[in-house]
Amino acid sequence: MKDRMWKMLLVLALLAALVACGGNNGTVNEPDTEVEEPANVVEEPVEEETAEEPAAEEEPAAEEPTGEMPEIEPVRIALVLASTVTDLAWSQSIYDSIINLQEMYGEDTVELAYTENMFNVTDAASAIRDYADSGYDIVIAHGAQYGTSLFEIAPDYPETTFAWGTSTNTGEAEGVSNVFAYEPRAQEGGYVSGVLAAHLTESRIIGVVGPVDAGDAKLHVDGFVAGVHAVDPEIQVNISFTGSFGDTSLAAEAANTHVSAGADVLTGSSQQVVGAVNVAAENGVPWLGIQSDQSPLGPDVVVASVLYDWVPTLLDMITSHQGGEYGGRVLQLTLANAGQRMIYDEGLPEEAVAAAEEARQGIIDGTVEIVAEPRN
Amino acid sequence: MSELTAIGVLLGIIHQGIRLATPYLYAAIGETISQRAGVFNLGVEGIMLMGAFSGFYAVFETGNLLLGVLAAAVVGLLMGLLMSVVSITFHAEQGISGIGLYMFGLGASSLLFKTMLGTIEPVRGFPALRFCLSDDFCLANISVIGDIFFGYTALTYGAYLLVPIVWWVLNRTTWGLKIRAVGHNPEAADSLGVSVTAVRYASVMIGSMLAGVAGASLSIGLLNVFQEEMTNGIGFIAVALVYFGSWKPVGVLGGALLFAGVSALQLWVQVINLEIPSDLAVMLPYLLTIIALALPFRRSLQPGALGKPFSRGEG
Repeated sequence: MKDRMWKMLLVLALLAALVACGGNNGTVNEPDTEVEEPANVVEEPVEEETAEEPAAEEEPAAEEPTGEMPEIEPVRIALVLASTVTDLAWSQSIYDSIINLQEMYGEDTVELAYTENMFNVTDAASAIRDYADSGYDIVIAHGAQYGTSLFEIAPDYPETTFAWGTSTNTGEAEGVSNVFAYEPRAQEGGYVSGVLAAHLTESRIIGVVGPVDAGDAKLHVDGFVAGVHAVDPEIQVNISFTGSFGDTSLAAEAANTHVSAGADVLTGSSQQVVGAVNVAAENGVPWLGIQSDQSPLGPDVVVASVLYDWVPTLLDMITSHQGGEYGGRVLQLTLANAGQRMIYDEGLPEEAVAAAEEARQGIIDGTVEIVAEPRN
Repeated sequence: MSELTAIGVLLGIIHQGIRLATPYLYAAIGETISQRAGVFNLGVEGIMLMGAFSGFYAVFETGNLLLGVLAAAVVGLLMGLLMSVVSITFHAEQGISGIGLYMFGLGASSLLFKTMLGTIEPVRGFPALRFCLSDDFCLANISVIGDIFFGYTALTYGAYLLVPIVWWVLNRTTWGLKIRAVGHNPEAADSLGVSVTAVRYASVMIGSMLAGVAGASLSIGLLNVFQEEMTNGIGFIAVALVYFGSWKPVGVLGGALLFAGVSALQLWVQVINLEIPSDLAVMLPYLLTIIALALPFRRSLQPGALGKPFSRGEG
């Protein structure tokens, strides 16, 4: 009997605490409280980009649609993420881009709500459906595992735009017409990084810390190896996969393995590279980043990043949606459409950057062809 | 240094395995103490995350490494207290309360990280100790012995020191006797005047404290950074290691070294370009652990009262 009394008291106390603090903590869905802080943090990389751009891009400036700001009406965007907005990788890259959009157009025009940690597809499906029910115009499920759920939910909301990636499947075969599929052609940015790495290495050994040999990571590694071998086929590129996207300690050990095996340039993808970049910093080995500007992790060490800029893709989706086209196309992030951008550190040797820029221009022109080498 | 000789690769695997085993060891040894007393704590993963954040934040703000470890230990202790109250005093189902604690730690660490830091920041954690006796001569530079025994952080050395200490406490002290008694036969212990509640509370809290330090060993020992969900399942594997080690500190040490060692091995296997697909290499640690578990000649010291709440008298 006494037991039960204590239990009741505890439950009541917990309820009281919840009610008292409930307001401040806020659910992840509230855009106002959540968006405030990261806005300050995102300032830095945005400024860095614009500072680097005039230095790095002399000729190609004419092809970049950076001056273009299409007119859009108020739009409500919902984002479902597999990891967190602070992962300095896949999820953060699209979140940062939407924040950029908010800065460009104002928070009244671009409304954002997001849910993190939806790695589990069933959870994500309910989040997607909730957002569609609440009347969001564009619901983005940012992960390659969400396709089936989207194709089930989309027909119920014919005037909502859904989007997912990395994929090229818009659901046409299932009769779905309001889903966009997007795919960063990661092999392009990878190729340019590879060319840069080949010019930076002295030991002629380069290490790659991969998560899983699939999707975005696979494309990136394919391009990277092709880029390195385009400069010098004799350079050894050691690739290891940790088998997970979040195993930070194993990624750190993978980087250690590469360094012990003689690598003097490192790269890798997914949010777990945080551990690997730390190892690179400890050993003074340059790191080439991808998806987000990873230089906060080690300003002296992250010498270049392939930044995924989702702004052109997002604007494409928004203008299509507001023009009555709710989906049905594949959107790609390429070097040519500024979906992928190179950020170079100022201290890099000029001839290395020049070679990388040449490769980048070659890809945009179509004169460079990226051929993936088979892996065992 | 960068010659890929067979001995070089082997030493690399050993060194990295020993280092990688650190968080597993702290968490699993802590869980061993708790389980020997009869309480299994599935919240280790959540406690590790909270410990990782607390340790990281303390070092981030003050630069004091000892304060970081202390902060992680205190946070672990408090979470252990919560687990104890719910599982021991309120007789909750230990598996469920443990998972609840895990979720709490997962959510709270992420929330604290977002509100207090907002973005991933590097920090200067524990340095690798090279034991330099003079400017030119460091013990860590000796060819084979140096690679195996030197060059680790203080936290790693602490984890390995913990094994004989905990063995000694469990098997050679009165306190250890009480823990074992309470785990095997709490009714008998109770009738002899041992306070089952007090011993279990202490064991769970010490175990959680070590789990907190395990988290700190990740954030300020190995990786010098805090990232949400950075433990990535180490806590749960640590609980499995207790079973693997037959509830003996030495067994747990063996399990941690096996798992971490094979994880390091699979990384090297991929680098030296044997014709093994990466997916197969990634499977190795888990495969070998299952095989080792299936071996029959292991005496189990499973505490008889593991998982069962104790109440005097009516029950």
